[in-house]
Amino acid sequence: MSKKSINIQHVTRIEGHGNIVVNAGDGHIEKVEWQVPEAPRLFEAMILGRSWEDLQTIVSRICGICSISHSLACIKGIEAAMDIVVSEQTDKLRLLAHYSEQLQSHVLHIGYLVAPDLLGAKSVVPLVETHFDLVRLVIKLHRQANAWSDLLAGRTTHPLTFKPGGFSKVPAEASLRDLHAGLTNLIPDLKTLSSVLLSLADKLPTFERETEYVALRQADTYTFYHGHIGSSDATETVPLNRFETVVNEYISPQSTAKWARWHRESYAVGALARFNLNSAYLSPLAQEVAHAFGLRGKLTNPYLNTIVQLVECAHIVETSLALLDSLLTAGVQPETPNVQPRAGEGVGCVEAPRGILFHRYAFNAQGICTAANLVIPTNQNHGNIQKDFETLIPQIIDRDEEEIKLWLEMLVRSYDPCVSCSTHYLNVEFV
Amino acid sequence: MSKPRLALFDFACCEGCQLQIVNMEEEILDLISVVHPVQWREAMSEQSEEYDIAVIEGSITRPEDEERLRRIRERSRFLIALGSCAATGGINNLKNQLNLKEAQRIVYGDAADMPHLDTDSTKSVDEVVLVDFKVLGCPIDKQEFAYIVRCLVLGKTPEIPTYPICVECKLQENTCRYEHGEICLGPITRAGCGARCPSEATWCFGCRGLSDEPNVYAAREVMDKYRKTPSDLEERMALFCSKPRYDHE
Repeated sequence: MSKKSINIQHVTRIEGHGNIVVNAGDGHIEKVEWQVPEAPRLFEAMILGRSWEDLQTIVSRICGICSISHSLACIKGIEAAMDIVVSEQTDKLRLLAHYSEQLQSHVLHIGYLVAPDLLGAKSVVPLVETHFDLVRLVIKLHRQANAWSDLLAGRTTHPLTFKPGGFSKVPAEASLRDLHAGLTNLIPDLKTLSSVLLSLADKLPTFERETEYVALRQADTYTFYHGHIGSSDATETVPLNRFETVVNEYISPQSTAKWARWHRESYAVGALARFNLNSAYLSPLAQEVAHAFGLRGKLTNPYLNTIVQLVECAHIVETSLALLDSLLTAGVQPETPNVQPRAGEGVGCVEAPRGILFHRYAFNAQGICTAANLVIPTNQNHGNIQKDFETLIPQIIDRDEEEIKLWLEMLVRSYDPCVSCSTHYLNVEFV
Repeated sequence: MSKPRLALFDFACCEGCQLQIVNMEEEILDLISVVHPVQWREAMSEQSEEYDIAVIEGSITRPEDEERLRRIRERSRFLIALGSCAATGGINNLKNQLNLKEAQRIVYGDAADMPHLDTDSTKSVDEVVLVDFKVLGCPIDKQEFAYIVRCLVLGKTPEIPTYPICVECKLQENTCRYEHGEICLGPITRAGCGARCPSEATWCFGCRGLSDEPNVYAAREVMDKYRKTPSDLEERMALFCSKPRYDHE
């Protein structure tokens, strides 16, 4: 085995800061580390003593890319704590908004962050010259996804219209009809993107490592929003209010973010986990895309996460069209949330684009937050990235150093990590 | 003159402001026709030590980050603070109201003393180095960012409103949020967003920071009229408007 010393500071084209350190001596690997040096922001402590009304405004700032997921998890947590029941319309509109963020985030990841690797470029900037049609396609998808979030959430990043109990403002039916037309238009574009990626799929490294996969499960649904906690290692699901027994967080000296483990030494969350638990319930177009890439059964190549995100884009658009139909058939009614705070404790959970996200809050009678615990998807993936490295590096250590670096960076990117999120989780003791 | 080289650097933040630059979509192509991006970690693997315009996103919270920021300032002709975290400290200012050691213990428990988890109080970029332009907002308005870059490239000074949000809110013909029983920071927050939040039927939470001359007396009158107290206002101001301190009589 050759001597290698690889030190990648601040992996590019990911959200947040992560380093990769590898030292290989003669015949053995001395050190393999996925390090997370992101500046701690102590968000968690910052929300204590703040009003329930301001909570989602604060926690959405944990992440610019998944701010809708954080807002929704927060609001669901508040509603669980205060026994607030929302209307069917609110539930559907929130789900629709939630889908918009999945599409935004997935297209950003596939088109802007991963595609350059598959095309041998360092970023999307040179692709403007060499692959203009692809760039234009990605921009079109991304723009439509953003306009969709704007319509439902009041803006693309850091949503405004979500309130405990309902919406500050519901979209006009005419706008929902325009959205329906816009999403219908995306279907041919998604098929084009799918065939472009299929032609590049052989650029994805082949590497298999079976692990535990954790995601929401809901009967007969490929769920992003409702359900209980499922695992590929367990037949029974776990109720949301026991999520701490799933994540089992611990602190690693190589990270300012906490790590997680459940049945094994690490587990994975995200598109691949959702697929492995729920693929039977994908929409017809999504099944078609999955079939084209030969995806079936349990997927154990982490690099496929990006391809599964593409499958999910098809599912999201098709499912949202049906959701829009049902909203428009029923007609959209104005509704003003009328909520009085009360003491209580509750958990909110959604699938963020990069995996399952948990928020727990406790409030006093005035609705002041007295305790909180947030567990972010990327926290749950850090340990699994480390384990992937430990398995992958001995397999490729004799290759050219640049190629090793590329494979390692691509591996991190495939998890679509949100590192700044993962250092902002909170953990306050509940008594 | 050749195109100025632009580099973007992120510090403690959610990276949502650089996402707004990505969200310019086709307009990014216009942007890169006038500036040449040479470093942008979240979007590009290219890196460069040579640039003319440095764009700083995020707050400064560690000594090593202050060092890094000073090096960036030395290398750049112009420096732009992008978004609330960079321009005013933003939401990270909430941290400054806490005992830091205690806050670390709340977050990291018994491991709080591990040196890699250390953090200082929050600073805005201009508390560490000279800032030429600020793009306000959480997140920034992508049009305002494009306007400021355009001004910079043309050698003009951008004009950012000095009056409060209420002016824009009235132009939008919104009902006052106080009429809905809410605490809105419109009367004291700097305009420029087009009263985005009140237009979505929710209160302004002050992400653009205080206007140059907040009308404290008018705000007081509004408070009295709707039976709210200055402490109600301060609770909400703690999110984004806690700095610079404002003295209420």
